[in-house]
Amino acid sequence: MERFFDQIWVQNTLVVFGFVLVFGLIVLGSRNERWQRAFRYLRRDRLGMVSGVVIALYLLIGALEMIQLPLGPGHSGISVLDWMTDAQFDAGGKVKRGIATEKSYSAPLADRSLSVAKPEPLITPGRHLLGTDALGKDTLVQTLKACRTALIIGGLTSAIYIPIGALLGVLAGYYRRWVDDIIQFVYSTLASIPDILFLVAFLLVLGKGLGKMSFALGITGWVGLCRLIRGEVLRQSERQYVAAARSIGQSHWKIITRHLLPNVMHLILINFVLGFSGLVLVEAILSYLGVGAPLGTASWGAMINGARSELSREPLVWWNITAATTALFFLVLSLNLFGDALRRAFDPRQG
Amino acid sequence: MFSYLIRRLLYTIPIIFGVMIITFILFFAIQKPDTMARVQLGKRATPESVQTWLHNRGYDKPRFINWDALKKHKVTIKEEKDGHTRTVTIEESGGSLFDSIFFHQMWRFATFDFGKSDVTGRPLKEVFKTGAIPSLLITVPAFFAGLATAVAFALVLVFLRHSPIDTAGTILCVMLMSLPSMIYIIFGQALVAIGLKYFPAFGYELNGLSTMKFLLLPVALMVVLGLGSDTRLYRTIFLEEYGQDYVRTAFAKGVPISRVMWVHVLKNGMIALITLTVAHLPVLILGSLLMENFFGIPGLGNTLYLAIQTTDFATVQAFVFIGALLIQAGLIATDFCYALVDPRIRLS
Repeated sequence: MERFFDQIWVQNTLVVFGFVLVFGLIVLGSRNERWQRAFRYLRRDRLGMVSGVVIALYLLIGALEMIQLPLGPGHSGISVLDWMTDAQFDAGGKVKRGIATEKSYSAPLADRSLSVAKPEPLITPGRHLLGTDALGKDTLVQTLKACRTALIIGGLTSAIYIPIGALLGVLAGYYRRWVDDIIQFVYSTLASIPDILFLVAFLLVLGKGLGKMSFALGITGWVGLCRLIRGEVLRQSERQYVAAARSIGQSHWKIITRHLLPNVMHLILINFVLGFSGLVLVEAILSYLGVGAPLGTASWGAMINGARSELSREPLVWWNITAATTALFFLVLSLNLFGDALRRAFDPRQG
Repeated sequence: MFSYLIRRLLYTIPIIFGVMIITFILFFAIQKPDTMARVQLGKRATPESVQTWLHNRGYDKPRFINWDALKKHKVTIKEEKDGHTRTVTIEESGGSLFDSIFFHQMWRFATFDFGKSDVTGRPLKEVFKTGAIPSLLITVPAFFAGLATAVAFALVLVFLRHSPIDTAGTILCVMLMSLPSMIYIIFGQALVAIGLKYFPAFGYELNGLSTMKFLLLPVALMVVLGLGSDTRLYRTIFLEEYGQDYVRTAFAKGVPISRVMWVHVLKNGMIALITLTVAHLPVLILGSLLMENFFGIPGLGNTLYLAIQTTDFATVQAFVFIGALLIQAGLIATDFCYALVDPRIRLS
């Protein structure tokens, strides 16, 4: 199961599919009067709109890294992002594959590698806008590539935890009694293990990998959503429209899908956006602890982890951690702000 | 009150049992014990050494239920009698039905017998005992200082509600929330310890007041870690409390705003805050996990960090179980406090 999620094409397909699904839901929801009102409100929210645009930008960069072109050595496929950035580092035939990789650290825009004793001339001097990392890879490109990692973690995990959380939440809230008891027991048990310990243990057993990480995060992450949906469904079931639907003899299935789900859908959307920001942070923390992204995968957390030794070097290597932190910060910040804007839009009284 | 407490405690038992089962599934059902041995012993381990490793820990038993116990199998025993040997065949059952890893692990959890670390071989009980003091020295002050700071900030924001300062403060909180915890730690250490050369950047000694010097920076950083999300959360709670009728009554009576804020709103808001304090436990655990290794403090967080780096399954497993116990204890304490303050709870 967890190996299934570790295949790159599965990750890409699922995440793209997930985003199409979210988009479809929003389009579908736009027929709903409440959603229309929320969208009108959101359009006037300047902070929300700006953060929405920033998120779209990150999605675009992530998509560029996800889509593979049938180029590269032996048509093995390289991502659009690689293809676009390769031209920047074309060494002009000096290197076999056309992509120049430096030997080690070099400062931003430097033409020599970072070394006090023996600075060597770089292959592509003055072209590394943000310098290079320990393996000589361009920091800017690595930072952009890490967008995909963040999107995979956020998207894939959401694709796992949202269906589980929403389904169990609705079931517990609608059927109550023993169904509710069982579901409550399961999630109180899961919730009583501290998240970080559970994740670390899970990943220690499963091994590194983005798919495995998403799997672990998905299994632990549904509790919050389930609680939220359960509470809201409990409240909605008391409302008259549910009683009316029941009294004209509509089936449980129809009441759930036609009446209850549309009325909790906005909570799922808000939870998805805010949860996404949390997932990006957790990915960074897990990668920092060394159980997250596997070696060779660009990840902001891994870049920050590298800074442990880089910051004690002389001269200081500051560009990796700065680039990673900035990129991570703006994505998480925009997601948080956008999520808050959504919440305000759906419930203007709270803002 | 007493019966409420008893009921609450009884409710915990199935949850603890559930945690035990989850931990077992995590470490023994998802992977085979063989895999665990191979990770520990390295790739070049001989089958014999793997077998000894498993046998020493009792992991060579059947995983769930010892079905062999139901079958009778023949065992031949050589017996020496009157100078000549003869072989006797007797039927013997394969031990107890419950002689399996599952039941052994359950029993060990129930009796708090965590065994030894897979890597260092130290008994885990001792590890927990020695590590608890440094960890508590950081987390307990950090918890109270963090609570006080966040509540104070939140009250200030509510006091200035809907002003530009409130808006800016709220956005600042979101910004604080948007950085991963280790960034604070890395920069905190770099700026304060190395830049200002005031606090020691690394190390720990348990020696009266001089311990303070080592702990001040980690505690301060731990406060900052949770500040953004807490302030924002408390602000919402106090704002809700501020909209209540009794606040309007107080104003109508002519109570000054400072008294309304610091006495009426704070007191009633604190009731709601009690339920949220358990939410702090995971933050404290994460904080000490990230912080202690960084500052060289030999606490539980450091132990766990090293266990993760060396894939020490036994230690991580014990941590998962103890973490869950801590959270349950926290929940019980919360409910107890809540019932103490709010009579409606214990009567329902």
